[in-house]
Amino acid sequence: MYAMREALAAFRRAPVLTGLSSGMVGLALFVVGLFSLSTYNLQIALSAIEERVEVVVYLRDDARQSEIDHLLGELAAFEEVSQVNYVSKRDALERAQRDLPEFGQLFIESEVNPLPQSLEVELRPGNRTPDVVEQVASSARNYPFVEDALYGEEWVDRLFALRRIGFASTAVLGLAFAMVAALIIGTALRIAIFARRDEIYIMRLVGARNGFIRRPFLLEGALAGLVGAVLAAALTYSTYRMVYAYLFEVAWIPGSWVGIGLLAGALFGACSSAVAIRRHLREV
Amino acid sequence: MIELTHVSKEYPKRGYALHDVSFHIKKGEFAFLTGHSGSGKSTTMRLIHMAERPTRGEVRVAAFSSERVTERDLWKVRRRVGMVFQDFRLLPGRTAVENVGFALEVTGTPQKAIQSRANRLLTQVGLASKAGARVEELSGGERQRVAIARALVNDPYILLADEPTGNLDDRATRGIMDLFWDLNARGMVVLMATHDLELTRRHPHARFFELDQGKLVYDSATADPVAS
Repeated sequence: MYAMREALAAFRRAPVLTGLSSGMVGLALFVVGLFSLSTYNLQIALSAIEERVEVVVYLRDDARQSEIDHLLGELAAFEEVSQVNYVSKRDALERAQRDLPEFGQLFIESEVNPLPQSLEVELRPGNRTPDVVEQVASSARNYPFVEDALYGEEWVDRLFALRRIGFASTAVLGLAFAMVAALIIGTALRIAIFARRDEIYIMRLVGARNGFIRRPFLLEGALAGLVGAVLAAALTYSTYRMVYAYLFEVAWIPGSWVGIGLLAGALFGACSSAVAIRRHLREV
Repeated sequence: MIELTHVSKEYPKRGYALHDVSFHIKKGEFAFLTGHSGSGKSTTMRLIHMAERPTRGEVRVAAFSSERVTERDLWKVRRRVGMVFQDFRLLPGRTAVENVGFALEVTGTPQKAIQSRANRLLTQVGLASKAGARVEELSGGERQRVAIARALVNDPYILLADEPTGNLDDRATRGIMDLFWDLNARGMVVLMATHDLELTRRHPHARFFELDQGKLVYDSATADPVAS
């Protein structure tokens, strides 16, 4: 009760200082928020590309329906496979006429349908890796009535290399931004605690327990961190709205990320206060 | 009540601030600790308040020993030993009663009792009429009285005063000394550090220690210069 009252009183007594602390925390976390926003959208873009990873098994024209059904069952039995669709020669032609209108006339004038029948193998999310697609394609190639099984090997390898680079840079930059934010938050709260060193001194002088002295400052730090995190979330959201309205379509980060950000702000605040106050508790 | 046994305090850069000091202040005594600047008075006070630990020897205060009290338990010592300073160390911008109330609150006094206890303590130090005045509106003597009232919040056994009259005029000094004697008459041990020998001469009933370059050179209880 006392701790909460004192923590709130600190905001009232020194609104400029606590406002500045929260502002610094907010700006530090705003950078993290912008980074999260771009990372999340990069992730979405990569996932959208990844969704297009599939294995297409081209079948000979003389393949019998029973053989095709058998292969379809074999491929569908893979744990990593979500769906196998049969595309007949006619379906392939219709699709080509629709998707490639520039060649439309050529397809109409041709007396023979040059396109093969095929099986399109879709993979479950998380299983669209080079290893899995190669495994599925290899097993299909074993059948004599299979002309070929393709998945854009080079393209998939590049996509996954890009993913790995994206993940590594996200981890390294994210950690760096978080550390910078932690340092700024720590400095801001150290200034706020330094301004109240007289109170800490007197508390120690008259025999207040360390836990009792620490609690209001930890709460104050957590509150400053939380206010800063809310400010950062608001700034990040404003940036998102502006980018969405004037530049290009982007997605807003998930609510859980915002929640983690708010929690991290409060936690950083409390931890920074704990470190800053430790020095003052040794002074008297 | 306060016992120093072969106490030395050495700082890494300054060298010895105290060297093999021993004395024993009994319950109910009023003592002056004198000496020039740098003689070790403040270091002695800080050691008794356990703000610092001796390099060698032992400091015993009431039931607490410098060899056994942990950092965690320091608050227990502070509640038995009140302390006042030359520069008062009050919270600026707050009233006299708020300064005393703050000390009461942080030492666990129930919220309802704080106002009345703070007023009672201010009455005890003769400052009831200035309870609502801000620190900045008080004279030096009045500020020191607020500091003394704050030091009394835990009903300590011992009151340490480090140059408490150093910033006060004669009249205010007399008022503060009367207050100390009054507290001593109620059973509190008072140990006052001062460089003002004239002041100590005006209180011949008090015990008198003199420090010189970190060594105890005189103790009035033994009447002869002490061989350090």
